[in-house]
Amino acid sequence: MNDIRRLLTLMTGDEKHSLASISTLDVLRVLYERVLDVSPETVDDPRRDRFLLSKGHGPMAYYAVLCDRGFFPESWLTAWGTFDSPLGHHPDRNLVPGVEISSGSLGHGLPLAVGTALGLRAQGIDSRVVVLVGDAELDEGSNHEALELAAALGLDAVTVVVVDNRSTSYAVPGRIAERFTTEGWQVTTVDGRDHDALEKALSERGVGRPNAVVATVLDGQGEAA
Amino acid sequence: MTTPTRDPRTQFARTATDLLDEDLSTALVIAEISARFFGTAFRRHPDRALNVGIREQLLVNVGAGMALTGMRPIVHTFGTFLVERTFEQVKLGFGHQGVGGVLVGVGGSFDASTAGRTHQAPGDVALMDTLPDVAIHAPGTAAETDAALRSAVAAEGLHYVRVVGQTNADSFVGPGLHVVRRGAGATVIAFGPVLDEVLTATAERDVTVLYTHTVRPFDGPALRRLLGTPEVVLVEPWLAGTSARCVADALVDVPHRLLALGTRRAELRHYGSPAEHQRAHGLDAAGIRRSVDAFLAA
Repeated sequence: MNDIRRLLTLMTGDEKHSLASISTLDVLRVLYERVLDVSPETVDDPRRDRFLLSKGHGPMAYYAVLCDRGFFPESWLTAWGTFDSPLGHHPDRNLVPGVEISSGSLGHGLPLAVGTALGLRAQGIDSRVVVLVGDAELDEGSNHEALELAAALGLDAVTVVVVDNRSTSYAVPGRIAERFTTEGWQVTTVDGRDHDALEKALSERGVGRPNAVVATVLDGQGEAA
Repeated sequence: MTTPTRDPRTQFARTATDLLDEDLSTALVIAEISARFFGTAFRRHPDRALNVGIREQLLVNVGAGMALTGMRPIVHTFGTFLVERTFEQVKLGFGHQGVGGVLVGVGGSFDASTAGRTHQAPGDVALMDTLPDVAIHAPGTAAETDAALRSAVAAEGLHYVRVVGQTNADSFVGPGLHVVRRGAGATVIAFGPVLDEVLTATAERDVTVLYTHTVRPFDGPALRRLLGTPEVVLVEPWLAGTSARCVADALVDVPHRLLALGTRRAELRHYGSPAEHQRAHGLDAAGIRRSVDAFLAA
């Protein structure tokens, strides 16, 4: 068993969120291991890259990856969800080092990412803002407001990763990528289990327009690596 | 600092534009509403003065996102769209993230008297008051609007500034309860732009009249200190009873009676002028006099 898997097994008791958790694991690993310029040492550096987990449901993979990268000790994982634990079933940025936004309620992360990118731009900071949303989460209208404005303002610091495990009630194949394309985003669709493909897609940063990576992950598939 | 105008909304725009000039950490985010006031700000500060279009949920979260990077956003539209339509954005984007900002709502309870319920927000103060540690300002003049906005931007945490067209004759700059008149009897507290009506209504009564535009935090210690007879009248130009809990907290060990005047819960379903709406809610001088006299005679 690799170490991330072992860390994941330390957390139990939130069965309804487990699928949501596993579907994001590969994207989170690639982001923190290969793409993002952020570490426990730079967690308060204004020039750090920001990762916003909008889909705050099932944060076990998120916690496992942050723990693996050294943002907090392994002992935190076993007590998750208990009264005095900093790790809840939805993450709280005021309790967990490295967590950029408190999330769980859907449809907040992408609009917050747009605001964060605007705040960084106003301060002359060139850091990236990567936000992870679920395919069903995109049903929330607040996302549509945000993706229109991000394109209109050419916010190329923003990258949205849509983990598409076809969990929306009214799925239309290809709709997610087409929607971003229509609004003027640079869009790449990749196998959400393929770490090299994810790394390539997530490392690219279009100039003058925001970036979307649709990471396709079918339920029931295991972690690739 | 700009010379105050008579109109609080114009004053808000002038002060906000000045603050953008003066403080690089300040940002302004609007959603089309009031865009005509901010041409200079948009030209001078294209990265810090933004119009997000007719997207109010985004409006609030963009402000919160800028706050996450250490900026101090002024987030502005009609009060109803700012805090009622987007309340979860306000609660989570600012409150739960633990970042601050300054929300500035215009329209209030009946600025948009001819527009009907869609553009009126008599419940905004009560709704914002459900959030922990929110500061709520209800300036009653343009000078108070200027001062309230400046203090809110200079402070930390989440602030709501309620800018409306109705005004009082005199300005009382500074937080807390201001003593407008001392009397031996009951204590009447006017919140924001109802002071003139309260003074007219109580002119022949031996009461103390206090005034505040700092709705929250409520100045409970001053109320205890200034209380004459244990009878308190609140006059609020928004939902009646919004500040009743604050009086209850301040006087928890003092047997007292409370009359809480404000807008009614029932929809008015009339158009006309703001003054007619004030009258319909019993918030004109004659209405306040009737209510206070009945209360004191009881």
